[in-house]
Amino acid sequence: MSFLNHLINGFSLGSVYAIIALGYTMVYGIAKMLNFAHGDVIMVGAFAVFISMTSMGASALLSLIIAMAVCTALGVLIEKVAYRPLRNASSSLAVLITAIGVSYLLQNLALLIFGADSKSFTSIVNLKAVKLFDGQVSISGTAIVTITACIVIMVGLTLFVNKTKAGQAMKAVSEDKGAAQLMGINVNATISLTFAIGSALAAVAGALMCSAYPNLTPYSGTMPGIKAFVAAVFGGIGSIPGAMIGGLLIGIIENIGKAYISSQMADAIVFAILVVVLLIKPTGILGKNIQEKV
Amino acid sequence: MNKFTKKLMALGLSAMMAVPFLTACGGSEGGSASDGGDSASASGTVFKIGGIGPVTGGAAVYGLAVKNAAEMAVKEINAAGGINGVQVEFKFEDDVHDAEKSVNAYNTLKDWGMQMLMGTVTSTPCQAVVEETHKDNMFQLTPSGSAVESIKYDNAFRVCFSDPNQGLGSAKYIGENGLASKVAVIYNSSDVYSSGIYEKFSAEAANQPFEIVAAEAFTDDSKTDFTVQLQKAKDAGAELVFLPIYYQEASLILQQAAAMEFAPKFFGCDGLDGILNVENFDLNLTKDVMLLTPFAADAQDEKTQKFVSDYQAAYGDVPNQFAADAYDAIYIIKAAAEKAGITPDMSTSDMADAMKKAMTEITFDGLTGAGMVWSADGEPTKAPKAVVIAVEEVTNDDGTTALVGSYKAM
Repeated sequence: MSFLNHLINGFSLGSVYAIIALGYTMVYGIAKMLNFAHGDVIMVGAFAVFISMTSMGASALLSLIIAMAVCTALGVLIEKVAYRPLRNASSSLAVLITAIGVSYLLQNLALLIFGADSKSFTSIVNLKAVKLFDGQVSISGTAIVTITACIVIMVGLTLFVNKTKAGQAMKAVSEDKGAAQLMGINVNATISLTFAIGSALAAVAGALMCSAYPNLTPYSGTMPGIKAFVAAVFGGIGSIPGAMIGGLLIGIIENIGKAYISSQMADAIVFAILVVVLLIKPTGILGKNIQEKV
Repeated sequence: MNKFTKKLMALGLSAMMAVPFLTACGGSEGGSASDGGDSASASGTVFKIGGIGPVTGGAAVYGLAVKNAAEMAVKEINAAGGINGVQVEFKFEDDVHDAEKSVNAYNTLKDWGMQMLMGTVTSTPCQAVVEETHKDNMFQLTPSGSAVESIKYDNAFRVCFSDPNQGLGSAKYIGENGLASKVAVIYNSSDVYSSGIYEKFSAEAANQPFEIVAAEAFTDDSKTDFTVQLQKAKDAGAELVFLPIYYQEASLILQQAAAMEFAPKFFGCDGLDGILNVENFDLNLTKDVMLLTPFAADAQDEKTQKFVSDYQAAYGDVPNQFAADAYDAIYIIKAAAEKAGITPDMSTSDMADAMKKAMTEITFDGLTGAGMVWSADGEPTKAPKAVVIAVEEVTNDDGTTALVGSYKAM
C-alpha cells in the first residue's frame, strides 16, 4: 500500500514537472533555443495569482486568467527585447547566456517588489482528495487537476501544431527558418506566438505548482525549472508527448528513489538515470533523430 | 617614532578630519546606524560596535529581529550612561545570509571604525566572517550563529546554543518529558545547521527512552516535496516528528502532513522560530508545535516582560528569540567590557585580548538564560527551555476574526 502511495505522490510531483517541461519543449521545438527564464516566468505567474487572490480578492479562475495575461505579455516582451535581436547572432551561446541573464533579472526584480519572505500560497484547486482502499491511499485534488491539465494541454498543443495554420507555420519555422520565410511565413510573428503560448502555460504551471507546494518565494521557479528542463531532455526535447512522459518519469523516479534507496541521494539517482538514458538514446525517449539533408 | 604612535597619530588626524564632516551631516546619518547620541562620535571617544546579518532575503526575519533588539539595547545603555562611562555607537550591515556579502559587510564596518562585532546572525556567513575577525584579532560575539565552526577561534563567542547542543538538548527534552517513544526526523542534509543538530540528536537518542524509527533527509535542491519523508514517518508509526530545519520548509511539511492526515507531534529547534510570520500561512497548522528555544515572549519574569513591551512599542511585533539573543549580546558585551575595563582608545586587538579573558570570568543573567557562563572555546552554558505554539482566534475592531499565534512556555 505504501508503494502505491509513493507512486501516486511521484505521479503528482511528476505532473508538475511535466507541465513546466511542456513550456520548455514548446519553445525549444520551435525557436530552437533554451529559454532558461521559463522557470522564472512560472514564478511571476504564481505571484500574479497570489496577488490577485489575496490582495484583490479575485476568484481562482479569474486570478489564473490574469496571471496568464501577465505571463503572455511578459513572455512576448522578453522575446522581443532580449532574444529577437540575437536570433541571427553568430554564436548560439549568446542567446543562451541572455536567457540566463533574463532569469536573474526576473528573480531580482521579484525580490525587490515582493521581498524574500516566503508566502504561503492559497490553492486554486478546491477539490477534495480521492480516497481508495478504505482511505489507505489518497490522491490529492491538486494532483488530479494537475494531471488532467497536463493531458489536456498536451493533447491541445499537439492538435494545435498539427491541425491549425499557425501550428503548421510553427512546424515550418522549426524545420527551416529561411525556407519558411521564403514561403511567406512571418517568422517573427510565429516565434512571438510560440513564446506567448509557452508563457501562458507557465502561468498555469506556476499556479498548479504552488497549489501543490504552497510556498512562494522569488526563487521558487529555479529548481523546478531545472528539473523540468531535465525532464524535457529526458523525454526528448522538442517532443510534446515526450515532455509529459519525461516529467512523470522524473517525478516517479525521484519519489521511489527517495522512498526505497535513500532520501539524501534522490537527485543523484534522477540525474544518474538521465545520464544512462542519454547514453543509450541521445535524443531522449521520444526524441526524433532528424538527419540533416544536404 | 615607533609604529604604534604613528598609528595613533593617523587615528587622531582622521578623527580631526571626521569631526567637521560628522557635524555637517549630523541629522541625516540615521539609516542603519543607531544614534550614538551626542556630538562626540569620532573614533576614540565612543565604542563602535558593528552588527552583521540578513535584513533582506530568506532569513530576513532573523536579521531584522537582531538589528532592532541590538539598537534598542544600545539606546538603553547610552541613556544609562554608556559602557565604562563611554557612549556606544552601533551600525548594522546587511549580508542577505550570504557568506561573501557578509565578509564585504565586515570590511565596510571596519572602514567605519568598528571595534567589536556583534554578529553574524546566521551560521554559514559567520563561518566566513570568523576567519576575518581571527585574522584581525577582533572580538566577536554572535547572537545566533549556532554552527560549531562559527566560533572556531578564541576571539569568537556566542549567546545561543551550538547546533550539537540543540540536538543534545532536544533529545534530552523529548526523552525526559516522555513526549514520544517513536520519533522520526526530517532534516536538510545539505545544510550545516540542520545536519549538525541531527547528528548529535541521533547520537544522544541511544541514551534516551525513545527510538528513531525514520531519519529522512532532503537537500536544498529538492525542498518542496516532503510527501515521501512524511509517508515513511507515518508508516513507521512515528508519534513525534523532529524538525531541525528552518521554518520555510517546516511550513510546507506541516501543510503536507495535514493533507495526508498525518498528525504526530512536531518538535523543532530555533530555526522554526519565524513560522508564525509566514505570510498567508494557515496558523491552525502550527498549533501545538513545540520548539526548543531559550526565550518565550510570554514568560512572566520582569525582565522578559519589560523587554517585550519595549520592543513592541518600538517595532510593533512580539520579539522572537533572535531579538532576545541580540539584546543579551549587547548587554554581555557591556558586562565583559566593564569587567575588562576597556577604553575606546585601545587598539582593536588589545581590546579583543581583554574581552576574551573577561568573557570567561563573567556570569550573566539575561533574557535567554540565567547564570550564563562561557568557556574559553566560546560556548555558553545554560539550561534549555521549550515552548509550544498556541493559536487563538481574536476578533478585530471591524468584527472580522483572525488567528494569532504565540509561543507559550511549557
